[in-house]
Amino acid sequence: MSFLKKSPWVLHYAATSCNGCDIELLACLTPLYDVERFGIVNTGNPKHADIFLVTGSVNEESRKVVENLYAQMPDPKVVVAIGACALSGGIFKDAYNVYGGIDKVIPVDVYVPGCAARPESIIDGVVQALDILEQRAKDRKRQRKMVAV
Amino acid sequence: MSNTTIVPFGPQHPVLPEPIHLDLELDDERVVQALPSIGYVHRGLELLAERHDFIEMANVAERICGICSFIHGQGYCQGIEQLMGVEVPPRAVYLRTIWGEISRIQSHLLWLGLSADALGYESLFQHSWRIREMLVDIIEETTGGRVIFGVCKVGGIRKNVDDEVLKAVKGRMRDIQAAFNEIADVFREDPTVKKRTVGVGVLTAEDAHILGAVGPVLRGSGVPQDTRKLGYAAFGELDWEPVVEQEGDCYARCIVRVREIDQSFDIIAQCLDRMPAGEVEVSVKGKRPKGEAMFRLEQPRGEVCYYISADGKKNLERFRVRTPTFANIAPLVHMLKGCELADVPVIVLTIDPCVSCNER
Repeated sequence: MSFLKKSPWVLHYAATSCNGCDIELLACLTPLYDVERFGIVNTGNPKHADIFLVTGSVNEESRKVVENLYAQMPDPKVVVAIGACALSGGIFKDAYNVYGGIDKVIPVDVYVPGCAARPESIIDGVVQALDILEQRAKDRKRQRKMVAV
Repeated sequence: MSNTTIVPFGPQHPVLPEPIHLDLELDDERVVQALPSIGYVHRGLELLAERHDFIEMANVAERICGICSFIHGQGYCQGIEQLMGVEVPPRAVYLRTIWGEISRIQSHLLWLGLSADALGYESLFQHSWRIREMLVDIIEETTGGRVIFGVCKVGGIRKNVDDEVLKAVKGRMRDIQAAFNEIADVFREDPTVKKRTVGVGVLTAEDAHILGAVGPVLRGSGVPQDTRKLGYAAFGELDWEPVVEQEGDCYARCIVRVREIDQSFDIIAQCLDRMPAGEVEVSVKGKRPKGEAMFRLEQPRGEVCYYISADGKKNLERFRVRTPTFANIAPLVHMLKGCELADVPVIVLTIDPCVSCNER
């Protein structure tokens, strides 16, 4: 893609994460990578967010929070799972208090691998999420038109 | 009937990179009581010692937390080595010390950035992370990882670092220190930082001692206690003194961390000057740990204890970690009593909460 049609706002939540991916995610916002120059803003409010970035696996406590945050985000929305734990549970797959990846709880669109995921791959994941977001926005528009007719 | 309201703080909150929940009982704007509840990041890491053998477990131990990852790996390996009576070559000991101090500097810079963000000082946050990124480059060049180093193993380290590389690191460390000193003055002198931190969240030396505070929280209250003084790794041979500030408020804790960064640069320079030559690992093939060991070391956030119990089998019998954030939650709850609601994020951040260490 050559340019962004929309400045996507992202919501970050560390589910049951070890912090590694979270600080890499924050590193994306800081001067070396600086995704804010593309209009990507980290927001604390799920109601303002287009892309949900989740790091870490899920346990019973964090499951409720992840579901809640996902439900509060307006449509169209995209979920990006970041790091080996968010994909499958990673090194903690066998731990007794871990359900596994984020896709056990909410539908995931983009998977970013790595332990910890590098800032470059996180940015790449967000860019892929943008395509999906745009497609979903188009689909919604078409559906609305069909209803109107 | 009481006139208080309860305001939930967390688990998802803009100033918190990690989930912790506090129920703040408010009387008007003043906090009467703060009730912490945790469990969002509990994975059951300690029990994984039964699934993985003691050599693989070093990788799991490193993932207790992504910020002080190296120090967790180091603590685990040193505990096992103590149990097995393995003598690690001096070069490995010095390299471990250097990486430990580098992760302390990057952790403190990360914290300074986040606390500046909590104060509403966005540009200072960006500058701290800009300097941190230079350090992460050194970490990546010497170890291969950015946040999870993966170099510590039972019996030494995985990867030797060439003397030329170390020489280059020494020069670059000086540049990073110069860059840091520019922003350090902002934390020390700037009126906006002082307005939000001086006299806020005071913890007296007596309270800090009774409530069992550790690390910069304890040293910010005037108690000169630093586990590195036990002389583990190379710290016994180096020349340094714990950093202490007397006031016990948020500003003092901030200054402790600023001064500790300077001190860590100094410790790294000393290590690089005295770097011994030789091997970096000894073979532990065929050996099994047996018995009980307790090992303590100083994380960026304070004292961390490892308890290891083994019965001569491949897997450990019990692995237990007591982390500094856990020790600092009781002082935090004490500090929050009577503060303004607007100061809560600043005070919560000054203990440098690492929830993922805390819950494992």
